[in-house]
Amino acid sequence: MSGVSRDYVERRVFGVLRRVVIFLLLVICLFPFYYMAFLSFRPLDAVLQNPGALVPKPGEIDFGTYKEVLTSTESGGQGFLTFIRNSAIVAISTVVLTLLVSIPGAYAVSRLDFFGRRQISAVFLGVYFFPAILLAIPLFVFFTKIGQRGTLSGLIVVYVAQVAAVSIYMLRNYFDTIPTSLEEAAAIDGCTRLQAMRHISLPLALPAIASNALFVFMIAWNEFLFALLFLVENRSKWTVSLGLSQLSGSIEVPTTVLMAGSVILTVPIIVLFFLSERWLAGGLTAGAEKG
Amino acid sequence: MRAREDRRAGYLLISPTAVIVFVMVVLPILWTISLAFQQVRLLNLSTTGFFGEYSLDNFTEVLTSPGFLDALVNTMIYSVAGTACAIGLGLVAALALRAPFRGRGLVRACMLIPYVAPVVAATFVWKTMLNPQFGVANHYGTTLLGWNEPIAFLSSAQSVSLFGIDLHVSVSLLTVVLFEGWRSFPFAFLFITARMQAIPESLEEAAMVDGAAPSQRFRYIVLPQLLPTLAVLTVLRFIWTFNNFDDIYLLTGGGSGTQVVAVRVYDYLINRGDIGAAAAQALVLAAILAILVTVYLKLFGRSEEMA
Repeated sequence: MSGVSRDYVERRVFGVLRRVVIFLLLVICLFPFYYMAFLSFRPLDAVLQNPGALVPKPGEIDFGTYKEVLTSTESGGQGFLTFIRNSAIVAISTVVLTLLVSIPGAYAVSRLDFFGRRQISAVFLGVYFFPAILLAIPLFVFFTKIGQRGTLSGLIVVYVAQVAAVSIYMLRNYFDTIPTSLEEAAAIDGCTRLQAMRHISLPLALPAIASNALFVFMIAWNEFLFALLFLVENRSKWTVSLGLSQLSGSIEVPTTVLMAGSVILTVPIIVLFFLSERWLAGGLTAGAEKG
Repeated sequence: MRAREDRRAGYLLISPTAVIVFVMVVLPILWTISLAFQQVRLLNLSTTGFFGEYSLDNFTEVLTSPGFLDALVNTMIYSVAGTACAIGLGLVAALALRAPFRGRGLVRACMLIPYVAPVVAATFVWKTMLNPQFGVANHYGTTLLGWNEPIAFLSSAQSVSLFGIDLHVSVSLLTVVLFEGWRSFPFAFLFITARMQAIPESLEEAAMVDGAAPSQRFRYIVLPQLLPTLAVLTVLRFIWTFNNFDDIYLLTGGGSGTQVVAVRVYDYLINRGDIGAAAAQALVLAAILAILVTVYLKLFGRSEEMA
């Protein structure tokens, strides 16, 4: 009899507890971002005088912070438009180049039998677990020596090398799920391997390629360490992440203005994430279920 | 014929990736090893190459320098506690969101935001929230929770004590551990949720018929199914936290008892311009990590066999 009552009590307790936990989790996940957006619309004086405010008062909303953060430095702003341009160039180039090398690579690892195929994916994946700071030293030295350290193109090459391995891993898992019989049928009709890949497997893999592209974009857009090491000396080359981190160290720029910068840095990622959430979550765990 | 064609196509298709990974990853690793044994500074960089006068001086310097042991201990505390926080919170979240309800998809998506948001923006908003002068945490701490004075969460080297026991962990280190838990729990949540969906419902239904309470069903049915996933997660999160540079550098800059080895490497490289010592320190970091992971896999592999 006591078993039944224990079951009853636990159901009631966990039923309540579950709601409380969900509520608390939502608060800790969302509040910092709400607070970020909220502060970006407040004048600095208002924040200093009333730091506890959590909802905007009517008439207190101020878009001046966005104007200041986006205006170029020559016109007295913080020049985030340039940073956005740099970040976009870096992130989009990284995506394009990564896909160019990793789609054929993933196809080869998934479909074609060649010597060292297993080892190569193991080596690639091992790269993912190496301390970034260890790679940073020789790359820093190398790009300094060839005079390419302050350039966006140098950074893009480093990013592609960093994400190509993961990208191949994710795409390979998807190619593995496409039945080979389709390609075999094409082969009978006289297609070569590469034709079969282009006309049959590639169109089928488009959803995986799209989610992979978004994943790579997010990594490149968010990256901080290499941007810091490569670009810090030249303000006109800063990415949004680097610009925000450098300016937040100085006392001259008001916190509310930098919050506007944070919103600008975060919003593209959140938007992309919600657009692609279903694919992305599936892609991230695709490897987990296998092993 | 087809096999040979395949082999050639295989090499052709994999070669761009192989080249870029070799040049940008494998060679640099070898070069780090070479640099670690040479006296290289930023100033004499132009005259050094792959081969030079090798010596162990950098390792002696790094291993005997004051603060190295502290940094190592901090790294261990940060990785172990950060991993535990992330996986613990991820497990709680996955359990809470297990039963379907209206809007669950949206709630799940919201849970992932701390993980996908840019690290610079996340650390900046945390720094602002925890600011002793105008941060919202200290405002409510002093007005509602009755704190005597604002807490300098990110710049206090004061040791934390719990129930009168000194934990030898600074307030700042505890804060960065909590940040790591907050930022990484979505990753654990995602993995655990995926694994939970694969547990056959019939098992739990049978247990329910036998009158098992929710806690018993978790203990005897769900948890054993999750253990392999939790073990993999532990390794992944531990490796990433151990190597983490961004979060601590951005939150505290490595000050007030939060210096970890990765931040120390950066300090040697940029602030002191001592490339050789930085490389040696980075190698020590990688070696310790490799040893820890090997030991863990050995222990875990054995327990798997027994079970």
